[in-house]
Formats: sequence, C-alpha cells, structure tokens
Amino acid sequence: MAERSFAAEVRQLEVPAGTEFHGEGILAVTKALLECGVGYVTGYQGSPISHLMDVLADAQPILEKLGVYFEPAASEAAAASALSASVSYPVRGAVTWKSTVGTNVASDALANLASGGVTGGSLIIVGEDYGEGSSIMQERTHAFAMKSQMWLLDPRPHLPSIVKAVHDGFALSEASNTPVMLQLRIRSCHLHGSFITKENQRPKFTLNEALEAPVRDVNRIVLPPASFLHEKEKIENRWPAAVKYIQEHQLNEFIDGDIEHLGIITLGGLTNNVQRALQLLELGDLWGETRLPMYVLNVAYPLVEEEVLRFCQGKKAVLVVEEGQPDYHEQHLNTILRRHGVGTAIHGKDLLPMGGDYTVAALRSGIRGFVEKHHPAAFAKPVSLGMPTVPVASPKPAPVIPSSGNDIQLPPRPPGLCVGCPERPIFSSLKLAMQEHGQHHISSDIGCHLFSSQAPFDMGATTMGYGLGASSASAFNAGKLFGSSKRAIAMMGDGGFWHNGLATGIGNAVFNKHDNVFLIIDNNYSAATGGQDILSSRADNEHRSTRHPIENAVRGVGVEWVRFVSRTYDVNAMRDAISEAMTTEYDGPKVIIAQSECMLNRQRREKPKVAAAIKGGERVVKERFGVDAAVCSGDHACMRVSGCPSLTLAPSGDALKPDPVAHVDEACVACGHCGEVADSAVLCPSFYKVERVHNASGGDRWLNGLRHKVLGCWHRRTHAARAQRALFPLENLS
Amino acid sequence: MSLSKARSINIAILALGGQGGGVLVDWIVGMAEHEGWTAQATSVAGVAQRTGATIYYVELVSKQDRPRPDAQPVLALMAVPGDVDVVIAAELMEAGRAVQRGLVTPDRTTLIASSHRIYSVLEKTTPGNGLADSEPVAQLLKDNARQLVLDDMQALAVKNGSVISASLFGALAGSGALPFPQSAFEGVVERNGVGVKTSLAAMRAAADLARQPIAQPKVAASGMETTARALPDRAAAPAVQPLLDRIRADFPAPAWNMLGEGLARVLDYQDVAYGQEYLDRVAAFVRFGDATTVAEAAHWIAVAMSYDDVIRVADLKTRPERWARVRREVGAGADEVVGTEEFFHPRLPEILGLLPVGLARRVQAHAGLSGWLAARFDKGRRIRAFSLRGHVQLRLVAGLRRLRRGNLRHAEEMQHIQQWLDAALAIAPQDLALATELLRCRRLVKGYSDTHARGSSRFDRLMQAAQLLRGREGAAAALASLREAALRDAEGKALSQRWSALQLPATA
Repeated sequence: MAERSFAAEVRQLEVPAGTEFHGEGILAVTKALLECGVGYVTGYQGSPISHLMDVLADAQPILEKLGVYFEPAASEAAAASALSASVSYPVRGAVTWKSTVGTNVASDALANLASGGVTGGSLIIVGEDYGEGSSIMQERTHAFAMKSQMWLLDPRPHLPSIVKAVHDGFALSEASNTPVMLQLRIRSCHLHGSFITKENQRPKFTLNEALEAPVRDVNRIVLPPASFLHEKEKIENRWPAAVKYIQEHQLNEFIDGDIEHLGIITLGGLTNNVQRALQLLELGDLWGETRLPMYVLNVAYPLVEEEVLRFCQGKKAVLVVEEGQPDYHEQHLNTILRRHGVGTAIHGKDLLPMGGDYTVAALRSGIRGFVEKHHPAAFAKPVSLGMPTVPVASPKPAPVIPSSGNDIQLPPRPPGLCVGCPERPIFSSLKLAMQEHGQHHISSDIGCHLFSSQAPFDMGATTMGYGLGASSASAFNAGKLFGSSKRAIAMMGDGGFWHNGLATGIGNAVFNKHDNVFLIIDNNYSAATGGQDILSSRADNEHRSTRHPIENAVRGVGVEWVRFVSRTYDVNAMRDAISEAMTTEYDGPKVIIAQSECMLNRQRREKPKVAAAIKGGERVVKERFGVDAAVCSGDHACMRVSGCPSLTLAPSGDALKPDPVAHVDEACVACGHCGEVADSAVLCPSFYKVERVHNASGGDRWLNGLRHKVLGCWHRRTHAARAQRALFPLENLS
Repeated sequence: MSLSKARSINIAILALGGQGGGVLVDWIVGMAEHEGWTAQATSVAGVAQRTGATIYYVELVSKQDRPRPDAQPVLALMAVPGDVDVVIAAELMEAGRAVQRGLVTPDRTTLIASSHRIYSVLEKTTPGNGLADSEPVAQLLKDNARQLVLDDMQALAVKNGSVISASLFGALAGSGALPFPQSAFEGVVERNGVGVKTSLAAMRAAADLARQPIAQPKVAASGMETTARALPDRAAAPAVQPLLDRIRADFPAPAWNMLGEGLARVLDYQDVAYGQEYLDRVAAFVRFGDATTVAEAAHWIAVAMSYDDVIRVADLKTRPERWARVRREVGAGADEVVGTEEFFHPRLPEILGLLPVGLARRVQAHAGLSGWLAARFDKGRRIRAFSLRGHVQLRLVAGLRRLRRGNLRHAEEMQHIQQWLDAALAIAPQDLALATELLRCRRLVKGYSDTHARGSSRFDRLMQAAQLLRGREGAAAALASLREAALRDAEGKALSQRWSALQLPATA
C-alpha cells in the first residue's frame, strides 16, 4: 500500500468529455493515457513519477473496466521490455520511470526496442530529474534519445500542453514506428493546474487479440542481417516520417515578437520560466506576449531542420535555452545553420550557465545579456513626444540583496529518517559495533537507508546505484585473499534487493566466494519511493502476490550464513548480529536481514484504528517516551546515536544546568529506540516509557487503586523527609 | 507592441517534511479557484523526504485581468528572488533561509513565519549548547520583509487543537496580503470537511494576531539557561535556616541566588551537614573579593558535590512530583491508569561505587569476583517505577543515600573535587580570572559511565591546561576557549585544534 492514496482523485479519470479537470500533472497524464486508448501500462516507481505509479495502482478498477492492463514492473528494464508487446501488434503501450538513473537500467531493452521499431504507439514517460532535488542531477535523457534514436517530447509545464503531448506522442510513435519518450520535469509532475477532458477510449487492438492470433516478423529481431536493415530504416524511413509528422501537426510552436532580428529557441519544458524572465525584463507579459520571437521545441529531439531555418531566416542572432551540458542543441543548431550557410549567430552557453537549474533569475540575466549585446535599444527609456507620459519603469534591477544578516549561519537541514524509523536502530547498532571493532568500509545503496550517510551516523562511503550496494563491495573481497583484519560491509534495502541486488549482489557474492558482510534492510515496502508493495511485503495485496521472504531468496541462491533480526529496535540483538558477522570464522558471504515495518506506513494504517478503538470504548494502551530533565546530563550522547526527530532539546529548568536537556516531543510513536540505545550504549537512565491505558478495565482500576494507596503512603513519607532539609518549599502533593 | 502590466500573485511556502505544507498549498489553490482565479502550484516533493526542508510555490492570477477572454496566463514554476509577494515559513530558521535566498524583499514581500524552532541534527548532537541564535534571525526577517507576521504558530495551533498549517493559513488571511476576505479562507476549510472546528479556531486566532502590528519581533529566548531563583527570606525547613543566615552574613549579595540554588541542590542530594560542607567550600573563595568568582564557585561546587549516581537517579525516579509530571505530559487525569518503564543499565563500576571503600577495593582487586559480579549485574534492566515491586527496588537503592558518605564513588568524587578546588585556590591570588574559568570547567563533568568518563578526561586536560597557561597573558580567555571547544563535539576534534592553536605542548 503506497504512502499516498489517490483513491479520491482517480474518480476524476471517469469524468465525461468536456469537463474541466483539476489536479496534478501525473493525474493529467493518466487521464490522457486513457483518452488515447492505451492497452497496457507498466513502470517502476521513483521520484518524480512515483505518484504516477500510485495513481495507476489506485485506478486499477477503472483501468480494468476499460480493458487496460497495468502492472508495477520489477525494474525499469522489466518495464521497457514490456513494450515489446507493441513491436508486432498495433497495441498502444506506455511505461514510466525516473530518469536518467532508470533509463540507464532500461537501456538494454530500449536499444533493442528502438532498433527493431514498433507498430503500436509506444510511449516512455520519464520523470526528468535534472537539477534541484535530484539524484543524478547533471544528466539528461536527451543523450539516450539521441543514441537510440527515440523521439523526445518536452512539453510546456502546463497541463493542457502535457495532455496534448501524450496524444501527440502515441501518434508520432505510430507514424514513425519509433518509441517516443515524454519527459516531465520534476516540477511538472507535481504541478497543479487544469485542462478540458476528452472521452476515454478502449484499446483499438487488445492484447487478447494478439495472444489469440500471434504474429512474428524475423526482421524485427535484432540479429544480423535484420539489425543492419534497422539502421537503414531509422535513417531513411523513420526519421523523415517523424520530421514530417512534427511539421504537419505543428508540434513545435512559433511565437511572434516585434524585435524580429532576434529570437529565442527554447525547450518546451523551459518556456514558462523563459516567459517569466521576459516579463521581468519588460520584454513580455503574463499572457505569453513577447517582444522577442520564440521557437518552442515541444519536440526536443529530433530537430526539424526546415523549421530551424525558417525561424532563423533574417535573424541576426538567436539564444538557445537548454539546461545542462553538453550543449546538444547549440551544437546541432550550429551544424544546421553552417551547413546551409545561414549567418545567424547562435548564443547559448556563452550567456547562460553551463550547468545547474535554469532558474528564472539565471534566464533573466542570460536574456538580458543577449538583448544588450544585439539590441540594447530594447532597454532604452522611451523619449517623450509631446504629451508627458507616466514614466515607464526601467527593467527590474537585480534582486534586492537582504540588507543585513547574510552572514548569519543558519543550521543546515539535510533530509533524514522519520520519527520511529526502524532503520535508525540498525545504524545505531552498526555505530556501536564499530565502536567495538573499529571503523569499517561500508558500501551504501539507494533508499531511505542512505540517510545513514548524514549526521549523526556519518557512515557509508559510496552509493553506486539501486540494489548495487552489495556488488559495490566486491573488490574488497580482496581482503580475504590478502589477509585484511576487517571485512567490508555492504548495505541494501529490500527495494534494491528485488530490483537487482539478489542477482548482482548476493548471487555474485556466493559465486565469487565473498567474505563480506551484507546488511539487507527490509522495511516491508519500497519505502523511499513512497511505500509501494514488493515481493517481500507483509501486507495482503488484492492484485499482487506478497509475503515472499528475502531469507528464502538468499538461501535459494546459496547463502548459508544468514541472521534474521525480526525487530530492528532490539539494538542489542542487532549489534550482536553485526558483531558476529564482523568476527565469525565462517568464510563466505554473511547476510543479515533486519526486518521491521516502515513506521510511516505503519502509523498511517494504525493511527486511525487506535483512535477508533479508543472512541469505541476498547481498552487501548498508548505509549510514548519521556526524559527526566533532572536525570539527563545534557551531553546529548543519545542524539549522537539516534537522531530521531522527536528527540529534541528543552531548557533544563535548573539554574545549575546551563546546557539544554533531551526532550521527547509529542510526535513520538514509542518505537522505543531512545530507551534501547540508552541501555545498549550504557548512556543514561533518564529515558522512560509512559503507558496510558485508555478505557481501563476493572482489573486495571483495582490494581491502580492499590498502587495509589500503598505508594501514596510511601510518597508522603519520603516527601516529608525531604521537606526536613528543603531550602525552597517543595511542590505540594495533590 | 503593447504588453499587459498584469502580474501574478506569487507565494512561496517553506516547510519541513510532515508540517503539512502540501495541505496549506491545497487550501490556497482551492480558495483561489473557488473565487474564480487561475491557480498553479508546484513543489519538489521528492526531496522533502523525510525531515528536510521543501519549498512549495503557488502563482495566482485574476481572471478579471485577462486582456482577452481566451488569454491563458503563462505561469512560472519556481520562486524568483525579488518577485515574491508572500512567503510563509513554518519554522524560524527556514524563514531566515528564505531571506538569505532573496525571496523576501522589503519592497514587496509579506512574510508570515512561525517563531518556533525545530532543531537540526547538528544543533542537537553538540555536547554542550549548539543551538543557533534566534534573535539575529528575527531581526533579519524584520529588516527584509515589507510586512512581517512572526509568532509561535505551532503553539497557537496546538492551543486550539489544530496543526500549524491552519494557524499559518489564518495568519495569511489576517495579513491582508491576498485579495480574499476571511470568509473565503474559512470556506475552503469548511468545504474540505476535515477537523473544521479546530482548524477554524486556530485560523481565527492567528488572523487576529496577524492584524496587530508588531513592534519588535517576538522569538523565544534561544539561550536555554534558567535564572536562579531569588534567595528566600525563610528556609522551608527550620533546620536549614542557620545555613540561609550564613549565606546572608558571610557571602557577597550578588552570589546569594546562586548559593541558594546550590545549597538547595546539595541538601536535597544528601543532608544538612552536607550543606554546611558546601558552604565551607564556597567560602574559601570569598576572600578574593570578587562576587562573580563566588557565584561561579557556588554554581559548580554544588554541581560537583551532587554528582550523578545510581542513588540519586533512583530517588528522582520515585518522587511523587514526578508521578504528577508524567501524568501531565501524557494529558492523563488523576484517576486514569498510567505506568512507566525505566531504562537502566548499571555497570560494575557503578555497582562497586555503592559499596563501602574497603570492600569495593577488595572486590576490584579480585578479578574472578569482579567478573562474576559483572556477569550478574552488568545488563540492561527495565523497571516499572509505578508498580509496587519496581518502586520497592528503586526505593531500596535510593535509601543508600544514608550510606553514601562511606562508599567508594563518594571517596573518589571528593578527592577529585579537592584537587580541582586546590588548583583554583592556588591560581586565584595571581590570576583570579583564570581561577574562575577553571571553576567553570566543571561543566564538562556530567552524566554516567562513558559520558562521564569522557567528560572527566577532558576536564583533566583543562586542569592541566590551566597549569600550563598560568602566568600567560590572556590565560583566562584561553582556558574559556578550550572549554567551549571541548563542548563542541564528542570526538574532541575542536579541543585538539584549539589546544594546538594555543601552542600548548602535546601532552602525554
């Protein structure tokens, strides 16, 4: 069950044609897929398209009603391979994942798919994760489109444009027998806006029809001599067909402006920010009017030579707006213009940043430089002719710099593990084990557990890719051969394990007789991508088969040394398992499976249940943790091995204790980690767990009454004794 | 060509994961669309995971501004420095970050910020006080916002049984930064139908607050220190009165309050005779004629004499006041059933510390016996302090207070205190400032087991430093800087750096 439910939103997928649809970009994409008569959809979750997978999962009944097949694929490679259904059959298929990392994983299948070409429209929706907040922030999908010759759509970040791109994508794919990539930038995926709907369509050709009457064409298979034919087809047929379609259907846009000898060529996805920059420079307005003519590339690849020449005709200079490097478009445009002897100057990375996000501020300064170079008059103040006019403001000055305090050091706030996260005790245990056995080399992996690389854990040396934690420690198996006193430790999550870690990590370690320690962190979900179910999930899922233990899988590929810790919060057990794996005589891969449910998912499920039970009069014990301020030493050692967000600081309330003391805030979910770690690390006895019994039973009340009576007497005695040596009056006993 | 002068209203929201920034965005969008405006919102949600900061961005355009009925606004996807009308920050440092990113400008921006703090991991893990200073940040906000609404929106929300997104939304309504009436703000929450009553209460309280101009930004004092209580006129217990009289007679008045706090602590820790011992120790510093030195001595001698031991912990855990406090913490009434489970892990040194000196030394010398005891006692224990059995166990330990003076730990602590005070008293005639700093170094010794050992070893280094610095110009400031460095990290890196910066000899 995913972290966010779209159960309410997906009802919008069935609204009649002509309705104004309000929602996020991903929901709009789903609606557009249905409007296009898609036959099957698959993909692999990951920001920024996780929600697209979640929407599809929640829309399963609607999809089935329309005859659309959906499955969450095991990896991006699996998803890309599914598109083979459209090679020989005229069925439309769509797949989705996070790019560029996911596109790397899918590349093998994509190369083969693009080589043979497709009959049915094939759309690859990639969450283009360039720039801020991304994992591989400097890479672009553009390179993959070019190398495999797949067409790349980059629509304006505007819901009607995104929806249109889905429609265009299928049609372009069918017109050119080529898979089409549709890239949605991270902000577009989460963009709230509106568009007017069309009618949903059932698939024109179904997968059933394909199964009943299979066809094959050996010329679509990547084997010589067909593969030579494919290259010829790409150049002679598919590319020209695509160019023709793009031109005829005007997928790219031309916007007029009065400064005709200049122009901007921009990718569709960057258009809005370009237009805002123009507005701030008073060269454009809120409604898309612009003084500089624009050529908007909703199709980022291929470039249409004729359109480029038409746009540049008679222009002194154009500015190319494409994020990142290399400057693919700038190079290609230069080639086109030089080849045709057109003298228009091409600017791009000389005026705009080579790398990083093209923020409006960056665009504003680049466009300003461009206009100042070629048409400074655009910024000149108008000269009054006759009637005095209201003075027109000159273009906006550079942003106002804060008047003071830019030197104030604000505490950095990197992302971290949630309150009560079951992974926190694993890293606390590893930290404690390393205090005993020395620092070790740790290979990390992608997933929530990568936050262990941040304070307070500060562990993990590399992260090579999803599920590659285990294999990225393989070279360190050299230690076994050449006599090192320490073993390498590799981590991976359950998501990464099933994505590919079982084969590339664990299978590889068995085959090569590794002596390393492998820590598999099983939190029941693909948690970092939003809590989707996977093979080893413990939840029942109507549509999927779950509850396949990781332990069975690793034993199945030949691992003999396995320790299973079923409650990661047990820091002593966790630390002992790690210590044993570090030191055991056993020669071979040592796998520790640390399993406890993702707290975010657990709370989302349990919290409403508990509230309902309390309301319904059931006996419920609610727990949380506390700290005795008088006992806490104010050293914060507990925070250095925990880092739980609900473990925070408070004034000691004691004039003799100037350092703040630990404090557990109301967000505590009583996972018990702070208490456990205080115990295992022998820190401080200030932690306690409070249990409050709601709707107490008769037995509870009787026992409570007895305790009150007996302890009340005792309390009064000790209190009176303390009062005999008190300087300040003691708190009254009620 | 003629360009329209119409502008969008641009709103940036800075929140931490789990603070409900997305809800706030949904409300703003829902309200604007209901009022017939075009709204676009976006965020980079993936990075919010899980406790990091996220920026949400909203643009609103009035349909009345359209130059043609079919005109569609082209809206940007990210906040532009200098072009933001409203910034909402759900935490003080994030508000400061918004200013540093240039999103808050004096000509344009209404800034609505919560003054409460959510401490970052780095602030929390510092062994001493690593908290960022709030006041300069509040001043930064005031200097840069066109209009500032700054208050503890978290507390205000909790007071009204709601969450911070509601109080921030209410403050936005009250600020008048958006051209919508309060009823429009309340309407969207009502239509949403979740927690309407409490949300509206929080919204209205925040809106009222936002309508009042603020003269000076209000932030909670970021210093976590508690001021000493005034010395009482009469002692609560008659037996203590002579000690109180002695303070007034023999000590300088500016040190009285701290002496009162110190005396109260040691009396509570042991007995009246211990209070006399305490005053004797502090009295040794009176002759140097400096009240600050006396107050520091009063502070840190009390801390040293009330060292953390198992007896004190057991006593604190079984006090009736604590029972009441725990109930308050979980919001339980007097007749509700509440229990606690305490986490203890006493180790052999702590157990031995409880034994009489002679016996403890004999056990220490006997490896086999120590090992046997360690195996038996050195393990984590969970004790239910509110149960009869647990209470009896803890009270038995607390009762060892009467025997404390004869135990090993006490002997060790007293010896350690004596060395420290002797050193300070020896330095004082030449360099009173250095002696005072040495008294303050006691701040390093705190806690239990490893924490205590680490603190003590650093303290010993500073004792050594005091000797090495004696006679140097600026010795006191140098020792103070070493102490601050020692409190900065657990690994002792800052201390080592400072040590070499002062060109102190590398020590054995």
